[in-house]
Amino acid sequence: MPIFEALRLALQTIRAQKLKSGFSLLGVFIGVASLIGAWSIANGVNRYMTEKFAQTLYGVNTFQLRRQPMFVPNVPDSVWRSWRRRPRIRFSDAEAITEGLTVPVITAWQSSDNVTVSFANKEARDIDLTAASERYFDIKNLRIAVGRAFTGQENRSGVPVAVLGDAVAQRLFVDRPPLGRNVRIGGVPYRVVGVVEKQGSLMGFPLDRFVVVPALSPAQNLVNPPGILDAFLVKARSDPEMREAMSQAEGIMRSRRHLRPQQDDNFVLDTSEGIQRFWAGISRILMIVMPGIVIVSLVIGGIVIMNIMLMAVAERTREIGLRKSLGARRRDVLRQFLAESTAIAAVGAAFGIVAGIGLTLLINAISPLPASVSPTSVILGVVMGAGVGVVAGVYPATRAARLDPIAALRQE
Amino acid sequence: MRPPLGQQFRTGDTPLPDVIILTHKLTREYDMGSELVRALRGVSVQIRKNEYVAVMGPSGSGKSTLMNLVGCLDTPTSGEYWLNGQKVSDLEDDELARIRNKEIGFVFQTFNLLPRADALHNVELPLIYAGLSARSRRAQAEHALERVGLADRMDHKPNELSGGQRQRVAIARALVNEPSILLADEPTGNLDSTTSSEIMGVFAELHRQGQTVVMVTHEQDIAAHAARVITLRDGLVATDQLKAA
Ligand SMILES: Nc1ncnc2c1ncn2[C@@H]1O[C@H](COP(=O)(O)OP(=O)(O)O)[C@@H](O)[C@H]1O
Ligand SMILES: [Mg+2]
Repeated sequence: MPIFEALRLALQTIRAQKLKSGFSLLGVFIGVASLIGAWSIANGVNRYMTEKFAQTLYGVNTFQLRRQPMFVPNVPDSVWRSWRRRPRIRFSDAEAITEGLTVPVITAWQSSDNVTVSFANKEARDIDLTAASERYFDIKNLRIAVGRAFTGQENRSGVPVAVLGDAVAQRLFVDRPPLGRNVRIGGVPYRVVGVVEKQGSLMGFPLDRFVVVPALSPAQNLVNPPGILDAFLVKARSDPEMREAMSQAEGIMRSRRHLRPQQDDNFVLDTSEGIQRFWAGISRILMIVMPGIVIVSLVIGGIVIMNIMLMAVAERTREIGLRKSLGARRRDVLRQFLAESTAIAAVGAAFGIVAGIGLTLLINAISPLPASVSPTSVILGVVMGAGVGVVAGVYPATRAARLDPIAALRQE
Repeated sequence: MRPPLGQQFRTGDTPLPDVIILTHKLTREYDMGSELVRALRGVSVQIRKNEYVAVMGPSGSGKSTLMNLVGCLDTPTSGEYWLNGQKVSDLEDDELARIRNKEIGFVFQTFNLLPRADALHNVELPLIYAGLSARSRRAQAEHALERVGLADRMDHKPNELSGGQRQRVAIARALVNEPSILLADEPTGNLDSTTSSEIMGVFAELHRQGQTVVMVTHEQDIAAHAARVITLRDGLVATDQLKAA
């Protein structure tokens, strides 16, 4: 019997036995859908972590001089306490590094805390107030949507001007123009000079609830004691230049703090590397767990298909007997049932691919993860689906092929 | 009564050219564990081209067992079976399948049609395994259905046909590959007497057109259609008679 005939027969049977076929489709369907879905998510999270998360938190080719690392997954309390005893970063440290670096960089000061910002009788609570110098916007890649950023001149003279995050502008001004209005921060009126483009959210955290003011403006006193910074941001033009700048900065800081060679740094030069390493660990675990899920559901799918095919063979014993009595050879019967189980698995895989892609698009639409379908996972899905069909079909098909025609015909 | 039907045959001989079926000391035993059922105990018959043979005998005498062996659906415990000059008693499964497909048309008491397929597709089945193209399958199946008078029922499913019509479909299916022999095991066993004689008419007409027919039947008046009657008893040939023309 030609392959085409076997396939036609298989599709006919699937149509005729929708419910049973539906059940057998399910296992492969889940396997393939979860393969593609999980793969896309892992892919997406990976990209998200390495590109967006790290960049939003740190910036590209950027390091931050800090008292302690910004992103610290579970450190022991003792370490934490020792970090808290370290000297803080001072304006003068930042100035010394700016003076001393021979690599071309842009730099910014940064201190942050949570405050309430108000306008007229409206309040925006729990807003991240950042007192920063003017290049902060460039380093953090914050583009101005309306108005302008504050200038170096404004920063140095500590003029009370403010650039609002999108959410703050929305909250306080709804749809009135915010430019030129005075918002109050810690009782001081700040004139709004700009609004930053909407940033969206990061792993569910809103990124637009902030206000940036000049580092030397009165609000500096709300976030840090006089002369103290949370972080000094340094952005180089390339990774090697950043490394060079880091080693120069380390030297400058060590000498300013009179550290002897055997003493550890009592500050950090923080980059996105730590968080990326942390993420790489998680994604490795994901890559180990995921194939497990996929294999389990494919095996279950295979067992279901095998059982359904065994039932089909039992149910259609007479038909098999008849076909054999009319001249079907073993290989004809074998091919018929293999084609059937493979077709079932293939249809399951096809639905699985559609669902997997759908899942990916859905994740893209409703979550911040840029999940993207990997062609490898689709090809793998097809191959595995068909493979499951063939493997699960072999035993029932062999049983069918071996049936004795007379005994089979006598079956009720 | 004529002399013994066929040559004297000994092991090592080959049948004469016009002998389509030759069995020599054919036995078939079923090992049932506690007992050995000897369904055939040495059956030697020869059937020539163009004969119309009725096989009779009481229930359990081995008629179906003999038909299954002759139809290559089963293999003998011992003895020889020659079909069309080829010794088939010791062929492999797949070779037997090929012979069933090319040389034999089998009509069953219970019709054995595929319920989901229409008459045309049922008749096409043997041709699928013969490897024919869809177009020639269709043409041959239509022709076979015309021969049994069902030209106007080709697209009917079995449950849309009467018992007699179903058996005609089954006969068309048996004919479609132009077999050397047409075998029928109680083909009218499930039919009323009017329909039975209709079906017997079909077999008689096919025989008149040159088809070799071997048919198992219980009923004397049905056997009357045949020119020769072989009677089995306890797995042996009891009588083998040509009727006076
Ligand atoms: N598959 C089988 N297993 C065991 N015994 C069988 C089998 N087929 C037939 N027989 C026995 O062989 C004998 C002949 O059966 P069968 O050829 O069907 O007789 P008939 O068709 O003449 O009624 C009977 O005794 C029957 O019980
Ligand atoms: Mg019988």
